[in-house]
Amino acid sequence: MGSFQSLPDDHHYRTLSKKTGFSLEQIGILHNRFKQLSLNEEILRRDDFNKVQDLKDNPIRSQIVEAFFDRRNFHKDGVGSMEEIGFEEFLTVMSYFRAPALHTTEEQREVIRRAKLRFLFNMHDTDNDGTITLEEYRHVVEELLSRSGSLGKETAKGIADTAMLEVASISVGQMAPDEFYEGITFEQFLKILKGLEIETRMNIHFLNMDTTVLCK
Amino acid sequence: MSTSVGFYLWRTVFILCLVNPLMQGLNGEESNHHHKETNITGLQIVKFQWHHVEAPYLVILWVFVAGVAKLSVIELNLNVTSVIPESGMLIIIGFILGGIVWAADMEQTFKLTPTIFFYYLLPQIILDASYFMPNKLFFRNLGSILIYAIVGTCWNAAAVGLSLWGCYEAGAMGQMDIGLLQFLLFGSLIAAVDPVAVIAVFEEVHVNEVLFILVFGESLLNDGVTVVLYNVFDAFVALGGPRINATEIFNGIVSFFVVAFGGSFLGILFAVLLCLLTRRTKNIQIIEAGFIFVVGYLSYLTAEMLSLSAILSITFCGVCCQKYINANMVEKSVTTVRHTMKLLANGSETIIFLFLGITAIDKAIWVWNTGFIILTLIFVFIYRIIGVFFLTWILNKFRLVPIEVIDQVVMSYGGLRGAVAYGLAAMLDEDRIKEKNLMISTTLIVVYFTVILQGISMKPLVQWLKVKRASHSDLKLVEKLNNRAFDHILAAVEDICGRIGDNWWTRGWNRFEEKYISWLLIKPKARKNRDYLFSIFHKLNLEDAINYVSQGEQQGSLAFVRSEQAANIDFKKQFDSEFGDMMPDMMGDMNYEKGIENNAVTSFVRDSIPSVCLDIHGQDRKKSVDDFNAHHLLQQHLYRSRKHHRHKYSRSHFSINQSADEMQEIFQRTMRSRLESFKSAKMSVNPAKKIKHYRKDPTHMMGNGHAESADNLYKVEGDTALNSETSAKKKHFTLDTYRVKAGIENPAFMPDMDMDTAMQSPPWLTETEMDTVVAPSQRAQRRLPWTPSRQRRLAPMRISNSSTDSFLMADVFITEDVSEEPDQKDQTKM
Repeated sequence: MGSFQSLPDDHHYRTLSKKTGFSLEQIGILHNRFKQLSLNEEILRRDDFNKVQDLKDNPIRSQIVEAFFDRRNFHKDGVGSMEEIGFEEFLTVMSYFRAPALHTTEEQREVIRRAKLRFLFNMHDTDNDGTITLEEYRHVVEELLSRSGSLGKETAKGIADTAMLEVASISVGQMAPDEFYEGITFEQFLKILKGLEIETRMNIHFLNMDTTVLCK
Repeated sequence: MSTSVGFYLWRTVFILCLVNPLMQGLNGEESNHHHKETNITGLQIVKFQWHHVEAPYLVILWVFVAGVAKLSVIELNLNVTSVIPESGMLIIIGFILGGIVWAADMEQTFKLTPTIFFYYLLPQIILDASYFMPNKLFFRNLGSILIYAIVGTCWNAAAVGLSLWGCYEAGAMGQMDIGLLQFLLFGSLIAAVDPVAVIAVFEEVHVNEVLFILVFGESLLNDGVTVVLYNVFDAFVALGGPRINATEIFNGIVSFFVVAFGGSFLGILFAVLLCLLTRRTKNIQIIEAGFIFVVGYLSYLTAEMLSLSAILSITFCGVCCQKYINANMVEKSVTTVRHTMKLLANGSETIIFLFLGITAIDKAIWVWNTGFIILTLIFVFIYRIIGVFFLTWILNKFRLVPIEVIDQVVMSYGGLRGAVAYGLAAMLDEDRIKEKNLMISTTLIVVYFTVILQGISMKPLVQWLKVKRASHSDLKLVEKLNNRAFDHILAAVEDICGRIGDNWWTRGWNRFEEKYISWLLIKPKARKNRDYLFSIFHKLNLEDAINYVSQGEQQGSLAFVRSEQAANIDFKKQFDSEFGDMMPDMMGDMNYEKGIENNAVTSFVRDSIPSVCLDIHGQDRKKSVDDFNAHHLLQQHLYRSRKHHRHKYSRSHFSINQSADEMQEIFQRTMRSRLESFKSAKMSVNPAKKIKHYRKDPTHMMGNGHAESADNLYKVEGDTALNSETSAKKKHFTLDTYRVKAGIENPAFMPDMDMDTAMQSPPWLTETEMDTVVAPSQRAQRRLPWTPSRQRRLAPMRISNSSTDSFLMADVFITEDVSEEPDQKDQTKM
């Protein structure tokens, strides 16, 4: 543990810590991991993620990896995706998965909630137009179900459609007859997932200990 | 309300007054029975043989009384039960009943004995609780639960025991024949939070799921711990103080772990056995539901026999088997299990609380020692709070999502003691523990205090503290999809940041489970269709089909089902073609009889999924009205073929006879009736009015008339090969025909047929779909219900506008709109 704190870019770590809310130890561990993935370089490419063994079996792998390169996750009005990311970006994405502190006010909670949901939303909204269209959603569902074998593409489509209909009926309610449901907007997305308590769900336990040796 | 209170109480009292003296009289008679019998000469036509039936009769009579008591508690509803929880009410009714029994007998002849409680009442409650345990939530919080259950309980036992001993030594209780070990024994029996009481109170205050699982899981597991502690201390007491040395204490600790983990392991073994059994019951589905009760009880008894923890054994049996047996058994058996489980658990819970009340009215057990009783109450309350706060403080250092202070308050306040404590107290050996009666009466007071007083104040407290409540009862499909996505995302991020975390373990376990355990325990066929999301989708579809039918029936015709609340959505593609491939296999297993019965299944299943609340009765009560209506309608209205009435008797099958021809027959009949209706429609004058009239009187003539009406109706031979246009119009005038021709007022008959034709026979389904191409009215046409099955059905309707009679139908719909709105609201909510 102690070995990271004496790294030369201590100051750099501190600014990162302020920005992302990770502790210095955690940043140290994550930096180690970053280097491990990038083979000791300062940038990380998409190929590098392929080296993660356990990730191979993940059905929505491509979307997750894509999220690391999505500009929207770094700046409020970023557009498009990057080819390579530095450690800061890596850390920023990771910070979406930080658990909330013990004492948070209602407003803080709401902010965290929005940020996390925005991240999820961006993940689904691949073409970056502010709505998750049926096509996009179908794609997600298909990938989600792609590992469960027995379910065909048609079923996945059916499930996606049902879910979409559900969303439409919840969020829009009555529509004029000739109206056309575009897709899920972010506001609707927030509304639908109101009951999910995402601020307590989308968390990962970042330890202060280095376990990178154990899992490759 | 007070009149109804009075009424129900009177009823209960009446039954008791009537029954008890009778029984007493009979008991008296019994003694001189022999004498009588010898005197009898000749043949008696009717004999009064009380003593033959006495034991089972009394048992069943008390069950009956308990049922009536429960009924009266429920029926009182609103005013009283919103303030006093049901369990408290039952105890109070128990006081009254006990008073009556005592007045009749001058002694308490009926009371809750430990044997009855531990062997006949408790197992099913625990089995029910564990079978309905939200597994994911439970295992995710297992660490915290174990800490509370083991460390918390030990702390409570030790702290209460030692403090009481200290106070006794200080002279706060006067002179008693009691020592340190006895105090510890008492502490261990009073330490455990009682699952029965906890469920009963917490189900009425819908707290958030984490809080619920913590309290509930703790109460379930710590029963095991208490029993173990109790046995250890009981052994120590038997051994006597001086003979206890370090070895004995060490043995005690070892036995604690052996008993607890041995019991759990035994439960898991039985769960495996159960799963393997249900794999093989394909050909005798009628008894497969019974296995879970038998094996569950067997695991309880076996553990008891091996002096392992029986409660833990049956708990783990239920928790571990649920997933696999639900996949293995057919849906009907699963429903049977669910209902039976709830029935048994609810029944024993009622009996337990009632008897806890009745037992109190007994002079013999009441020994009053103010110091002891008051101090026990205080210590139990305070140490619970200290224990919870201290353990949570430690746990919060490790928990990903910390437990908040408010939740901790509710947790400590929710430390209700119950029948397990009483059962253990009643089991004490009077020879060794001289103050047994004092312990029993103190336990009873603690139970009454916690169940009634804390139970009453729990709801206001939760409201006052603004505890996070369970958000909503029903998870939406979108949310479930998102949950699924979450699991993958979290696991992936853990992989990327190179950490072996909870998600890594979860996923590892899931893979292992998928690969080996499911392979071993689940039928190959069931394994395939077991995907979580698919089953939800499947259920949604079933629900929609059912809603569709019942809505159609209420409106008189299936063709114009539409929903005011539902959104109108237009996707780029036609759903028709997309669902074409998928639907047949949905239809395949949604055959005729299931169509009827699944109504109950789906609504039940739907309730259990949210996994927020394990309530035993809430679910049933909440949905029962809905369920009943829909179910009734379905049962009455679905097409009944003539074959249906030819029953064959069999103990192992009670399915409806069906043949392949039946579908064809139904189809032809439908077609005929359509032609028929078309003809008469031309003559009919005022359709709108008539339909309205039918609706006012929906249950009229539902039950009978199917068969005869069918005969009447279909005498006119129609051309079965119809072109699409005529059939389209006909369909909507069926009702009139029905009225005119058969003279039977059953508006729902036609929809039945339609339902059947659509649901049962995919091959020509598309044909009928095309036949129903109709433009109902400009408005109705566009209001599309929001679910795929409906979408699919209704999709073709949008295409064509070519009905000449649409103006007539427009009228019909305007009248119907008004009265059907509330119903639709209900249904869209589902």
